[in-house]
Amino acid sequence: MKTSVEATEQVYEEPEMPEAPKQVNGADIFIQTLKKHKVEVVFGYPGGAVLPIYDALYKNPIRHILARHEQGAIHAAEGYARVSGKVGVVIATSGPGATNLVTGIADAMMDSIPLVVITGQVATTVIGTDAFQEADIIGITQPITKHNYQVKNVEDLPRIINEAFHIASTGRPGPVVVDIPKNMATSIFDTTIDIDQEVYLPGYQPTTKPNFLQIQKAAKAISTAKKPLILAGAGILFAQGSDQLVTFAEKYQIPVTNTLLGLGTIEGEHDLFLGMAGMHGTYTSNMAIQTCDLLINIGARFDDRLTGNLNLFAPNAKVIHIDIDPAEIGKNVPTEIPIVADAKEALEALLALDIPNVDTADWLASLNASKVEYPYHYKADAEKGLLAQQVLELVHEYTNGDAIVTTDVGQHQMWTAQYYKFNHPNNWVTSGGLGTMGFGFPAAIGAQLAKPDAQVISVVGDAGFQMTLQELSLLQEMRIPVKIIILNNRALGMVRQWQETFHEERYSQSLFMIQPDFVKLAEAYDIKGYKIETFEDAKVQLKEALASNEPVLIDCRVVQKECVYPMVTPGTGLHEMIGVKPE
Amino acid sequence: MKRIITVTVLNQSGVLNRVTGLLMKRQFNIESITVGHSEQPQISKMTFVVHVEDKQKLEQLLKQLQKQVDVLKVNDITEKQIVVRELALVKVLSPPTLRAEINSIVEPFRAATIDTGKNVVTFQVTGSPEKIDAFIDLLKPYGIKDLTRTGVTAFVRETQIVNSPQLSILH
Ligand SMILES: Cc1ncc(C[n+]2csc(CCOP(=O)(O)OP(=O)(O)O)c2C)c(N)n1
Repeated sequence: MKTSVEATEQVYEEPEMPEAPKQVNGADIFIQTLKKHKVEVVFGYPGGAVLPIYDALYKNPIRHILARHEQGAIHAAEGYARVSGKVGVVIATSGPGATNLVTGIADAMMDSIPLVVITGQVATTVIGTDAFQEADIIGITQPITKHNYQVKNVEDLPRIINEAFHIASTGRPGPVVVDIPKNMATSIFDTTIDIDQEVYLPGYQPTTKPNFLQIQKAAKAISTAKKPLILAGAGILFAQGSDQLVTFAEKYQIPVTNTLLGLGTIEGEHDLFLGMAGMHGTYTSNMAIQTCDLLINIGARFDDRLTGNLNLFAPNAKVIHIDIDPAEIGKNVPTEIPIVADAKEALEALLALDIPNVDTADWLASLNASKVEYPYHYKADAEKGLLAQQVLELVHEYTNGDAIVTTDVGQHQMWTAQYYKFNHPNNWVTSGGLGTMGFGFPAAIGAQLAKPDAQVISVVGDAGFQMTLQELSLLQEMRIPVKIIILNNRALGMVRQWQETFHEERYSQSLFMIQPDFVKLAEAYDIKGYKIETFEDAKVQLKEALASNEPVLIDCRVVQKECVYPMVTPGTGLHEMIGVKPE
Repeated sequence: MKRIITVTVLNQSGVLNRVTGLLMKRQFNIESITVGHSEQPQISKMTFVVHVEDKQKLEQLLKQLQKQVDVLKVNDITEKQIVVRELALVKVLSPPTLRAEINSIVEPFRAATIDTGKNVVTFQVTGSPEKIDAFIDLLKPYGIKDLTRTGVTAFVRETQIVNSPQLSILH
């Protein structure tokens, strides 16, 4: 715990603690096992059932980030994991501590984020009696974890932790919950037991090497395609396969589109990149999907926000789907050439072949013309005020596309995806599958801890920010230079947009009549706050704020009634986008 | 379509919960489940009868089951040569005047009488679910007081006559 205090101005005297007992208990072994896995930081919040664990942590410290709410802790761990490629570790107490993690666990499950989540539990002797702070977290998290465990014998603890790390980080990553009853943490551990046992999981053997026959089939399909298209998803990021993707796309001159979570797999300004696809993607990407004759999905799961109406999706395409999770293949879209593999290994196998006759010149020419014809667009009007899109274009300009950017959920998220062009993989942190408001800001804290020297920007909406803003305390405490940009439209913007578009402007519970003074709020946490209301101000103040090496909050007052376009409306096909051109 | 699926699992706590929870989460309709130890220690076998809409859904079901950490093997044995068995206990009204008649009806089913009272008798019958259905239908007119069925358990026969098409779990 020392480390988290180090950076603060006031350092409190730590109270004298009684001599530690010589024997080793479950909690000590737990901490030792974390160290064995080279865990550098854990995110958590103590409570009764995890007191033994926190005591062990006190004696054998690992950097611990004391979030101000368990939800903040787990989203921070997600941000950390997303950016570092390491497993995020979270600790919470039983009952309410554990249930406060549920949103984050579900979020990590949907977006395949590797987490090991430790929950305290009441003692095994009282489990099932509705004891104080008892919650059946194993039952609760069963459908939202890759796997979960309750420790029933202290001897099993190191094995379970080892398995949890293995399961969380291999195959398709995901969250693993380990529920540790209090008496397991306090039980004496027989130190003759080897804590380095090899993981043996006969029912869990992810396939990472592609089947060569399938690779050959894919190569043949590519050589006969006239209009091939790559749909690159986050599976490539998890596999660290961005370089291979770009090499492959360049070698055969195949255009690339991204899912929301796949952004960053290829440089945002790469000639072969068509922009994001899906509900708020580029018209060019979506039309490319609708007209391509070969769709090469690498590490994406054909989510409904990507496909639009499935019956109308990619009507002319033969589909190749490369995924490490066989259950994703054929789930939503019939697939001619399934390839179960790690994305990088599959790309390497494809690169090892020389595929003849791939000529995409005409196809690329028409897509390039489309890119020029249908860029993202907005109409700036100084009279009406500042637009979120203008702010984001400035953010991109001032950071050269090199920043780590996290977002919350809503309009600002879609605009960030549209206007921030990433130069590097693993710099983009957003809640895609679950769409969790409150994710963005704590995730930025985790990202900054993973990459202390990187510029980390958290773009949030004024509503979502208020769901987890208590974590401002962490910025105050650690002085890590996260830049919070609130795109403040005084509304639940995305809800308001749907009400405008689909509910005849009946703004039911989506407009804020009152709001905190965000600048003062920042100041209350000893963080510098800016309020920006015009584009002219933005150019000066945003630049200044982003150049600071301190945490900063920037309240950008943006036009309320602006909508995210273009858009695939629900139930329609990708080719039926609205708002593709300025009115 | 109705499918019979066997799932071999590690006997970890919560594995039944995970498997049935998964079926619920993915909206699969379970008709019956049986679970019990297998010939190996620590390994159990589950037999499901489920209804799925089409092949795509079936494949999804098999893959989702296979994905569970504690699941070792998943087999759709519907189209194989199999032995399918279910056991039912049926308590039927059987006044002395009708007892002989009832006994003659149940005789071809080789049902065992496992309990008798003054006016009721309890039969135990095993066989395919269709056989059990027929047994129950025949006894219904006499007045069934209580009925319990175990659900289906199934086994693949040693000799397979045809190479029945199997959906692949791993492509
Ligand atoms: C926890 C949670 N509750 C509700 C929603 C539904 N929702 C999606 S976007 C949105 C509005 C977000 O408003 P804001 O944070 O201000 O962002 P904006 O859309 O204005 O950019 C809401 C309520 C959600 N995604 N997550």
